[in-house]
Amino acid sequence: MLATMISGRTLAQGAGCESKMSPDFFKAVALCHLSERDFKSLGLSEGKNVLLKNEFGQVVLTAKMDAGLPESIVFIPMGPWANVLVGKETGGCGTPHFKGLEVDVAATNSPVLNICELFSDMGA
Amino acid sequence: MIIKGGIVYDPANGIYGEEMDLFVDQGRMAEQAKGEEIDARGLLVMPGGVDAHSHIAGKKVNTGRIMRPDDSRQGTQSRTSVCRPSTGYTVPNCYAMGYRYARMGYTTAFEAATPILEARHTHEELAEIPIIDKGALTLFGSNWQVMECVRDKDLSKLAAYVAWGLRAARGYGVKIVNPGGGEAWGFGGNVKGINDTVPGFDVTPAEIIRGLAKANEMLHLPHSIHLHFNNLGKPGNYTTAIETLDLLRDIKPSRMRQIVHVTHMQFSAYGGTSWRDFESKAPVIADYFNNHNHATMDMGQLLFGSATTMTADAPLEYGNARLTHNKWSNHDIELEESSGVVPMTYFRKMLVNAVQWAIGLELALLVKDPWKILMTTDSPNGSPFVNYPEVITLLMSKPKRDAEMATLHEQVPKRTTLAGIERELDWTDIAIMTRAAPARILGLQDKGHLGTGADGDVTVYNLRPEEVDASQDHALVKKALANALYTIKGGVVVSKEGQILATPPGRTFWVDAAVPPADADRLMLDLEDKFAKYYSIQLSNYAVQDAYLPHAKAIRAGLPVEPLPEVA
Amino acid sequence: MSEATLIKDAVCSFCGCLCDDIDVEVEGGKVQRVKHACRLGSSKIMGHGRIESPMIRKEGVLVACSFQEAYDRAAQILLMANKPLMYGWASTSCEAGKKGILLAEEVGAVFDTTATVCHGPSVIGIEEKGLPGATLGQVKNRADTIVFWGCNPAEAHPRHSLRYSSNACGRFTPQGRKGRKIIVVDVRETRTAKNADKFISITPGCDYEVISALRMLVAGKGDNVPEEVGGVSKADLADLAATLKAAKFGAVFFGLGITHSRGRYKNIDNALSLVAELNQHSKFVIMPMRGHYNVGGIGQVLAWSSGYPMSVDFARGMPYFNPGETAACDLLARGDTDAAMVIAADAVSNFPRTTAQALAKIPVIQIDPYENPTTLLSEVVIPCAIAGVEAEGTAYRMDGLALRLRKMVDSGFPSDEEILIGILESVQKQRLLKANEEA
Repeated sequence: MLATMISGRTLAQGAGCESKMSPDFFKAVALCHLSERDFKSLGLSEGKNVLLKNEFGQVVLTAKMDAGLPESIVFIPMGPWANVLVGKETGGCGTPHFKGLEVDVAATNSPVLNICELFSDMGA
Repeated sequence: MIIKGGIVYDPANGIYGEEMDLFVDQGRMAEQAKGEEIDARGLLVMPGGVDAHSHIAGKKVNTGRIMRPDDSRQGTQSRTSVCRPSTGYTVPNCYAMGYRYARMGYTTAFEAATPILEARHTHEELAEIPIIDKGALTLFGSNWQVMECVRDKDLSKLAAYVAWGLRAARGYGVKIVNPGGGEAWGFGGNVKGINDTVPGFDVTPAEIIRGLAKANEMLHLPHSIHLHFNNLGKPGNYTTAIETLDLLRDIKPSRMRQIVHVTHMQFSAYGGTSWRDFESKAPVIADYFNNHNHATMDMGQLLFGSATTMTADAPLEYGNARLTHNKWSNHDIELEESSGVVPMTYFRKMLVNAVQWAIGLELALLVKDPWKILMTTDSPNGSPFVNYPEVITLLMSKPKRDAEMATLHEQVPKRTTLAGIERELDWTDIAIMTRAAPARILGLQDKGHLGTGADGDVTVYNLRPEEVDASQDHALVKKALANALYTIKGGVVVSKEGQILATPPGRTFWVDAAVPPADADRLMLDLEDKFAKYYSIQLSNYAVQDAYLPHAKAIRAGLPVEPLPEVA
Repeated sequence: MSEATLIKDAVCSFCGCLCDDIDVEVEGGKVQRVKHACRLGSSKIMGHGRIESPMIRKEGVLVACSFQEAYDRAAQILLMANKPLMYGWASTSCEAGKKGILLAEEVGAVFDTTATVCHGPSVIGIEEKGLPGATLGQVKNRADTIVFWGCNPAEAHPRHSLRYSSNACGRFTPQGRKGRKIIVVDVRETRTAKNADKFISITPGCDYEVISALRMLVAGKGDNVPEEVGGVSKADLADLAATLKAAKFGAVFFGLGITHSRGRYKNIDNALSLVAELNQHSKFVIMPMRGHYNVGGIGQVLAWSSGYPMSVDFARGMPYFNPGETAACDLLARGDTDAAMVIAADAVSNFPRTTAQALAKIPVIQIDPYENPTTLLSEVVIPCAIAGVEAEGTAYRMDGLALRLRKMVDSGFPSDEEILIGILESVQKQRLLKANEEA
């Protein structure tokens, strides 16, 4: 499924953003919110994962139904998981495009990488 | 330190161009001293310059910097072993503020307008400005507590609030800008005259001005009220100016000084009914000042080129932005004020600008007593302060004025009287308008003169006043004024031929006025209520903490204080 | 053990609301209870896991060291670099920022703040159009109409509505929420939207078009507006325009929803123009919802020090500013920086991954109270006292109001300011040493 990805703040993301190595932060942020319809059409259920892919990267996240979202829009709490999908271009203004990115979303059985795993390939 | 053989202008002490040696000991002027010798033989020597009205620090100035990266790119200078980097022309960074004043021979400058709520920011910037001594005037003209005290005719509570506000803001004096207009602007309105009612408060600008003037004198504050008139910047506003000045004639000063200092008079000396028939009313204003002794003013001279207008007169700035289609910043301050910032360019060929240019000069040349008028540009509203040498040379040289006039819109001689004014100011006039008078008007006893015990702030210019003809050699004079040969601050050479040699931190003056405890107690009940209901911060977090004034100089005032002895 | 003490009216150093009515109970040198703060603020003030010691990476592993060793290594890295980047500054005091700028001048670094991945586009918009704003108390006392555009204070600034906006009562707004119209414009129905009188759902990336349509409608040129713009019907837009024009005092709060989306600074430029034009009909102000508690403050300090509020390059010895060239993300993306100091921010998490990868290739110095992904890539790690909890200082609220942060408890860690002084002194010492050797 093609969708538009937006990232943003949530209360739980905010509460955890100064303890990023904690399990609470992982639980709060390694999530992908989908509309009810998209959630069902991808055959997801609570606790299932989705794989998001675009030209910049790919990331696995836990799927979460969100009644406030319109169809074809997925929301990821801001943070390192969402940023896998963000490109480095800033359009000359210094700020990357964190929202409104086109992504391909599919159900997956792959696990969600924890924070250390997420950065293991950077030499962390 | 000994400054040898200069031709000294120290009008506050009756010295008008005498050859003499000066002595500085432990940062102060002295009868005798040893140490470093400065060779000033035959050269022009004055006290360090004092700027009584300049926008040098705080939210408005920083808003100017943030919205004008184009301006910051001008005047860029690298860091040196002594100096931090400089940027900006109309809105320089803090370091450039200090260095540029010092280069011109100025050692003191006062920030013109600070709301109490945002005074912490102002002091953060003041502390960062090197070399010069400074202070900040505090805004009271659209303040809810002020208006309520005035409405209730409770003058002693008003005085208690002014004292409390100055302490909270670590402020130096009472600034009033378009009184009542800042409150009206809270809902997008303005007051149209001094007898207009401020919406929701049942007071008029006239009552606010009189109330604050009386409270100012009850508190024996070193400075008088410092007033930016209603209707500023509008054609025909000279009548508002005269009407306002007449309001204050019967108030008795508590010190040997004016009752009101009118700031940037140029912007309030306009005739005509619209921009179409706009003309100078400087002669009428100058006559008024020549015939009355309760008021002083500063010029607010406008010069052609780039400026950044910034004022607590927010409706005026909205008008500027609509008129010029330029970018517009506005900042309303809860319970206290409003303000705005708009970049501006003044053009020689634009009639209105050319007339404004002439009005400032007319005022300075038509007011007979130089103790009544200070040289300012309302920096950076009329022009940035680095252009003071241009203003001074215009005042000293009729040929320079004529040459300038020839480049302006042809209607200028018809709309102003400048072309017919022959007067050329001399060094005594200039020493008064840039040193002695601003210090006396502000009530700074140790500034603006070179008597024993005064601050050891001395400027030596590379000019021979007995040889140079300022009327003819104005280019030479302007060059010499732009970079003093020596600027000495507190006995230290801070600048030599334009090069900054030392950057001591300047002091910040503020006024601590005592009031009867009973009045303070009554006031606190009001304030506790206001903070509980209306302010967005707590009373306990409101006042500027001592940490923000690392080099504070408190001046005591208030009821138990004896009036100051007469100066000169 | 010491007796319990109550600190009243402390300032919360979490988000741009900078709430200053927090009561904190301290006993035995520890915060025991926090009153009035939101979940975000209490979590910070109560405290949680910290980096325990300064560390230097040796053979791939971070090894504990003394503070002086860490300062010396950090200074060495900065001195060796041609163009170091000093990034972060949003979650520390202005006093630390001042010392950081001095250090950046000393070593010729690029100094950038988290604004560049947040409200940087707002800053550029303001450079284009200016900011018609007000203090938050002005909104509390006067606003009868409030628009939240692309922001979600219910989750990002939890006490905003109660203290300053939707639900606040003031002199001319005695009824609080009841007397106000609240409008939310967003691409999704956020918690903030659920409490609004009107939620306008727009298509992602269409903010610019929607604002343009509103400007037309406000100017009375609705004839030129098509039937639907950015997913919103013309009728809804006309309604909204009429509501805005009828306001006695209107306020627009905007967030990353429009700074991070297509159009970026142009969206802000357009929104600022809309608000300026609305002032011909009613009184209107606009304000960015700044995230970190002092991201506004570091912008102020940088502006008065250098003339520019973010992305300042001191490598030339004089300040130079050109976002898109001197912003942290651009420098890293171009591979144009050869060392980085990350302070009071987590660059590795918050930058696009492709940008963060550049940090893995250069030596990184981290100054932070907490471990985070930036720690994983750092060469030197220096733990600090938490500003606003363990150290005093100044911070600027989202409306630009400066407040004094209190120190609530003692800490064994040096403040950010002290650490920066330590590094600065080490830089000067090593430079002198080198000069003497060469001589």
